[in-house]
Amino acid sequence: MSTTTHDHDHGHAHGAHGEHRQSFVSRWLMSTNHKDIGTLYITMAFIGACVGGTLSMIMRQQLMYPHNTLITNGNEWNAIITAHGLLMIFWFVMPALIGGLGNWFVPIMIGAPDMAFPRLNNMSFWFLACGFVFVMLGLFLGSGTGAGWTLYPPLDNAQYSPGMATDFSLFSLHLAGISSLLGAINFIATILNMRAPGMGMHKMPLFCWAILVTAFLLVLAIPVLAGAVTMLIMDRNFGTSFFEPSGGGDPVLFQHLFWFFGHPEVYIMILPAFGIISHVVSTFSKKPVFGYLGMAYAMVIIGFVGFVVWAHHMFVSAISTDSKIYFQVATLVIAVPTGIKVFSWIATMWGGSIEFKTPMLWAMGFIFLFVVGGATGVVLANAALDQILHNDYFLIAHFHYVLSMGAAFGIFAGIYYWIGKMTGHQYPEFWGKVHFWTFFIGVNLTFFPQHFLGLAGMPRRYPDYADAFAGWNYVSSIGSMISGASTLVFFYVLYRVFTGKDQLADNYWGEGATTLEWQLSSPPPFHQFLTQPVVT
Amino acid sequence: MMRRLGSVLGVTSILMLMGHAALAQTAAPDPTAAANAYANAPHNWQLWFPVAGSPMQAKIDWLMQYVLWIMTAVVAFVGVLMVYVILRFRASVNKVPSQRTHNTLVEVVWIVVPVLVLAVIIVPSINLIYYQADDSNPYMTVTVTGHQWYWEYNYNAVPGLDYTSYMIPDDKIQPGQIRRLSVDHPLVLPVGEKIRFVITSGDVLHGFYLPSLGVQKYAIPGTTMTSWTIIDKPGTYYGQCNQICGLNHDGMPIEIKAVPLADYLAWTKYATANYTDNTVPALPFSSPMPRNQLADATR
Repeated sequence: MSTTTHDHDHGHAHGAHGEHRQSFVSRWLMSTNHKDIGTLYITMAFIGACVGGTLSMIMRQQLMYPHNTLITNGNEWNAIITAHGLLMIFWFVMPALIGGLGNWFVPIMIGAPDMAFPRLNNMSFWFLACGFVFVMLGLFLGSGTGAGWTLYPPLDNAQYSPGMATDFSLFSLHLAGISSLLGAINFIATILNMRAPGMGMHKMPLFCWAILVTAFLLVLAIPVLAGAVTMLIMDRNFGTSFFEPSGGGDPVLFQHLFWFFGHPEVYIMILPAFGIISHVVSTFSKKPVFGYLGMAYAMVIIGFVGFVVWAHHMFVSAISTDSKIYFQVATLVIAVPTGIKVFSWIATMWGGSIEFKTPMLWAMGFIFLFVVGGATGVVLANAALDQILHNDYFLIAHFHYVLSMGAAFGIFAGIYYWIGKMTGHQYPEFWGKVHFWTFFIGVNLTFFPQHFLGLAGMPRRYPDYADAFAGWNYVSSIGSMISGASTLVFFYVLYRVFTGKDQLADNYWGEGATTLEWQLSSPPPFHQFLTQPVVT
Repeated sequence: MMRRLGSVLGVTSILMLMGHAALAQTAAPDPTAAANAYANAPHNWQLWFPVAGSPMQAKIDWLMQYVLWIMTAVVAFVGVLMVYVILRFRASVNKVPSQRTHNTLVEVVWIVVPVLVLAVIIVPSINLIYYQADDSNPYMTVTVTGHQWYWEYNYNAVPGLDYTSYMIPDDKIQPGQIRRLSVDHPLVLPVGEKIRFVITSGDVLHGFYLPSLGVQKYAIPGTTMTSWTIIDKPGTYYGQCNQICGLNHDGMPIEIKAVPLADYLAWTKYATANYTDNTVPALPFSSPMPRNQLADATR
């Protein structure tokens, strides 16, 4: 899209404006600036990923051999798997994609000076930070929260999970939920009301579309989770029996409520990555996005249908035969808009003049591995097959292909794409590629063999397994060590970026990068668009 | 006096023990011996489902291959397109990018073709769902109850036959048993007959999961759900708990001894005759207790 801005303040060096000479406390603890809050979110995501990733390394070490003695207490194991799931979802993927990159770039891309509600934005971040403290208490207090991230009762009721750890984990979901909800309201208000003159909805960059759809999913899904978590807290502490069969309640009700939130949550984690991939593919192919409107409305359809497929997580739980058929067909329907996305990305590359810079490698890795994860998703959507695949390692492989590779590759694509814009310093290309290839090999070696384990019948959430599963578990653990080592390469990349002496140009990617952030300085001024840009 | 009494008692008890052993040797052959000839257990570096032990799993295996081959073709197609794009449209080969952003024909094709592919998957898949749901006219019904951390099996047609099944602890594994899969009292079932499982739980959620027989259902307290299977041939089949249930989630496997119908009927008589204790522990029940109702009957 062609844009003109009357805003030429990017000539000023960062920090030249006297108005934002702030103390550390004032700038970082009381921030109202969307870029600073975005930085805080990305820092939170970094911490969440480090803790959650360390837990996953511990898990793979334990599973490297059968009858391993690293973790001998099942409660300890269950606390680790629970914390790993919650941290990776609520404190890594969501803050990185929505709070982090979303906060940084949505206002800039639509030509707005900031988010609609800057203080709400700050409040949203600090709710999440407090939630992190709570989820860590849930891991470390007593024997920890051992119900898995799905928190199914009755295992996490007062009888089977006594102690405060589970309460802290439940409250951490409340805090993360409030945080997401406030953030989502903020994004909706910003995107619907603060676009620059000339930027109609159908000219809006796809990342903004992705965040808009994600925000609507959050607004509709999070309150349901909040309700379910509140009922659990009531059951645990105030003697109600929403989910207690002995009191007339039903544990299956929780599963419905949880997955009514939980399935849209899957799209909440992947849609922003879809948006990032569109920009990266378009930039490095030096072509506009192919089928822009189809791409935008495919996300809207995915978001909509994502709300009516939740019980495919319950095919072996208490649902009727006809419900299975409905939920299977509805689930498979999602493959169509997802196919539109994948083929449109390839069509965007088709005829392009592709440069394989690090962000493009992550984007292409994303597309292929997401297709692999999507293919096993189509397999699992068949209720008849899920009868045998449910909850075994085939499922673990599937959702790590779409999350540990899909969402994580999307995050890395975005970080490498924009880190120069955010810091003013470029990442080292060689080490970025080393990071990509080691991570690509590591995660594939970790998760591909898990398909075989699942087919052979290995259940999830086991700290010890029959000796027959030893071979592929060993390979998987070796893969996790490669991914772990790869993350150290990423730390080195970050070190090089933050100690960089270069000063990047406004548009360091050249002709392919057409959105508004490339018209601002790198890093952008503390307050951008003092004069409103006009999109033509 | 006391020493003599002691030695007499000692000799008597030794004689009694020997007599007991002799009795055991001359006792009727184990009715479940037929199950020992074949074990359907996972093996190292396994790449696919277990060998199907039931028509149910055979159908699942077929559908899995059908769907997985279609999806493999889809992944391969995307992979080929990407390799072509990488080779043909890299900056060093294609210097001037096209600016084309629409092609109505391909945009329609990539909607219509996936819809057709899904239709091809959905039809056999829905048939199998109805097949799996049809638990009518079973030969027998076993009520399976999950507990922390053991299974309880109740043979609905055999009054009083209700026993518990615990995993053999790692340090008590005997030769021929499989660590983490073998149990003290396996579930004994006849081959060739339709067996309905009524599955429930006594405490938290559990998962009754038999990969080689095509069976999986959550065990949910306050609710009963059914599943069914027909076991093709005599042998030992294994399964595990597949829904997180607390600290010994990995310590409550399922072992099934499938025997010919006549042997099964002989076993039910033998088992009920040797049955000494059919009390099921009251809830809540959180620590494993030694229970030996059928120690001789199932081994």
